[in-house]
Amino acid sequence: MSVSLLLLAIALLALIGFGLARRRALSSAGGNPRELHSLPGYYGWHGALMTALPALAGLLIWLLVQPVLIERSVSAHFPADMIAADSSLALTMADVRRVAGGIDVALTAGAMKTDDAGRITTDLAQVRDTLKAVGVALGSDVTTEVLAAAQDYRRLAALGATGRALLVLVLAIAGMALAIRATDKDFRARNRVEQVTLGALMLSSSIAILTTLGIIASMLTETFHFFEAYPIADFFFGLTWSPNFKGDSQLGILPLIWGTLYISLVSMLVAVPLGLFAAIYLAEYASARARAWIKPLIELIAGIPTVVFGLFALVTVGPFLRDYIASPMGWGDSGSSVMTAGLVIGILNIPFISSLSDDIINAVPQSLRDGSLAIGATKSETVRQVVLPAALPGIMGAVLMAASRAIGETMIVSMGAGAAARLDLNPFEAMTTITVKIVSQLTGDTDFGSPETLVAFALGMTLFVITLGLNILALAIVRKYREQYE
Amino acid sequence: MNDMRIVERLVETQGNKISARAVQVHYGTSHAIKDVDVDILDKTVTAFIGPSGCGKSTFLRCLNRMNDTIAACKVTGKITLDGEDIYDARVDPVQLRAKVGMVFQKPNPFPKSIYDNVAYGPKIHGLTRSKAELDEIVESCLRKAALWNEVKDRLTAPGTGLSGGQQQRLCIARAIATSPEVLLMDEPCSALDPIATAQVEELIDELRDQFSVVIVTHSMQQAARVSQRTAFFHLGNLVEYGETGQIFTNPRDPRTESYISGRIG
Ligand SMILES: Nc1ncnc2c1ncn2[C@@H]1O[C@H](COP(=O)(O)OP(=O)(O)OP(=O)(O)O)[C@@H](O)[C@H]1O
Ligand SMILES: [Mg+2]
Repeated sequence: MSVSLLLLAIALLALIGFGLARRRALSSAGGNPRELHSLPGYYGWHGALMTALPALAGLLIWLLVQPVLIERSVSAHFPADMIAADSSLALTMADVRRVAGGIDVALTAGAMKTDDAGRITTDLAQVRDTLKAVGVALGSDVTTEVLAAAQDYRRLAALGATGRALLVLVLAIAGMALAIRATDKDFRARNRVEQVTLGALMLSSSIAILTTLGIIASMLTETFHFFEAYPIADFFFGLTWSPNFKGDSQLGILPLIWGTLYISLVSMLVAVPLGLFAAIYLAEYASARARAWIKPLIELIAGIPTVVFGLFALVTVGPFLRDYIASPMGWGDSGSSVMTAGLVIGILNIPFISSLSDDIINAVPQSLRDGSLAIGATKSETVRQVVLPAALPGIMGAVLMAASRAIGETMIVSMGAGAAARLDLNPFEAMTTITVKIVSQLTGDTDFGSPETLVAFALGMTLFVITLGLNILALAIVRKYREQYE
Repeated sequence: MNDMRIVERLVETQGNKISARAVQVHYGTSHAIKDVDVDILDKTVTAFIGPSGCGKSTFLRCLNRMNDTIAACKVTGKITLDGEDIYDARVDPVQLRAKVGMVFQKPNPFPKSIYDNVAYGPKIHGLTRSKAELDEIVESCLRKAALWNEVKDRLTAPGTGLSGGQQQRLCIARAIATSPEVLLMDEPCSALDPIATAQVEELIDELRDQFSVVIVTHSMQQAARVSQRTAFFHLGNLVEYGETGQIFTNPRDPRTESYISGRIG
């Protein structure tokens, strides 16, 4: 039985479990649903869940364990020194699977007879030709060992499939039987079903957290490797960033942090006022018609890929700022600059701030506006003194999201601000950010053990800590504000 | 009944503060107020009574143009305040509302401190010159609204953290802090216990010295206690309007009679 067929069987059994459990519950209450502890549907769901969940869990475990076991037993066909060398064994095992799969394909295509398939152990050339005829190309020459291993593999896999089907069906039926036996009118089916729902909810939230933890863990180990090869103090306090793959690099993070914060600051100076004003216009002043047009148009900006924004920065904004502002004022003649990247990232972030803030402002109850207007406050006084303070915690969240995006932005920076790490106050100078350097240290022909590459992980870790700190700070601000007002 | 006659004689001497003529209100296609004529007298308490949904709040909101904030609401007819048409294009609703204050049916304190809630109006209208003066206004308004003793130790606590009845009184304090000429109160005592209700009624009586007060109420006793004039609304019509004593003792319209005696509601 194939896996999809098994899943179908589980679904069917679950359906039967649903019906049976529900029927039994109703009949135990003499057909009167009011006698039941829970609604009849809950008994049904309990039956279905008890049928499906253990079976699915069993199937999952089997699918994870079987390949490992088969591989171990099949690898007995190969010499011991080959097993010792990990990578060559992996390559050979890939061949084994290909041959085994090829034979299966040939069987279903009718190019081979079932009896032949079991017997072919010697005629290697014939095997190659047959498999080629059904569209399975084999890379290296098929050796006798590989062929024997493939035969073994097929045998074990078939055995595994039978065992798997048996186990899953037994689990499903046993689960169903247990559920039906437990079902009677006093059984608390709703509580059990809700427990499962709660479990599912918790699982969903923990998957995101576990992934984050996994990312941190993998970054941390590489970061430690980096600090074994490069002094930690030089990294955090070095004022020069000049990696050199021939050795003798200076990997000070300060110019990169400076560039990151500087560009983010410029972008937030653009995005926060414009986004907030746009949101206030949309939420408080625009007519319903105007709002229905303007809001989607602003949100359109968010759908443009950042690389297009990068092009805009490179081709239009950068040269414009250089030719009309920086050069005439004598502030430098660089086409790529903090200003260019900051402006363009700021524009990119306007819809984030405006759209979220607009929703938040709209959620402020009308009765508060009425209260203020009835005292004789003007519309703008009402907005400034009542609506915005009430919406502030939510607006902070929107601003924070935009800030995180600005800090993490890569494409626009590398096209708009360049790739030169520099510590400079002049916003018309080219600078660069942490994310750009992470990319440039990891791309190209690099030796994965050298500090010049590993530094990328330390940079990533630092970036992570910076954003985390920012989030915590914003949370603290919001909480303080809440205590004051709510 | 003797008291009532004294009050009646006082009323006769007052001039009109607000006059409404042929006022119609539509919410989209539904006709909420039908051809209402009313004269609200100066330095008088006027009660609006009537069954739920008959348009009392709607009519009250016409008097300070709060219906402007509802897009679907159309008001026609003429309403004058001291002889000036308040729906005239030249009238600034902001200035009108500074003169005609309002306490809403549902308490709506700002998410600010208790102090700031009351100080809001005086601040935006620039009524005070110093912090001490502002403190004084806040305290006297909270006292008048019978809330001072409960909140004097936590003026910086958020107004939204008060109980429903306390919030209602906070909104009353907020409304009288700007010293309006007319105060519109939409069921100001619906969430209050008998003691606080008595205090608010006392306040209303006190306010009558300077302002005219319009109060919407579902309590016949309250209307009889605090008002000199009563208007009875039914299904968007103003059925009867006159001196409170006359409305309650000798109603002319059979609908008024049955509502007062509890037969329609
Ligand atoms: N914002 C609105 N949009 C549409 N219809 C409304 C609106 N407000 C009130 N109405 C309608 O106008 C009519 C009068 O409502 P109003 O609130 O004035 O009644 P009320 O006399 O104050 O009642 P209550 O004593 O229950 O407060 C009702 O039929 C109501 O459904
Ligand atoms: Mg009402």
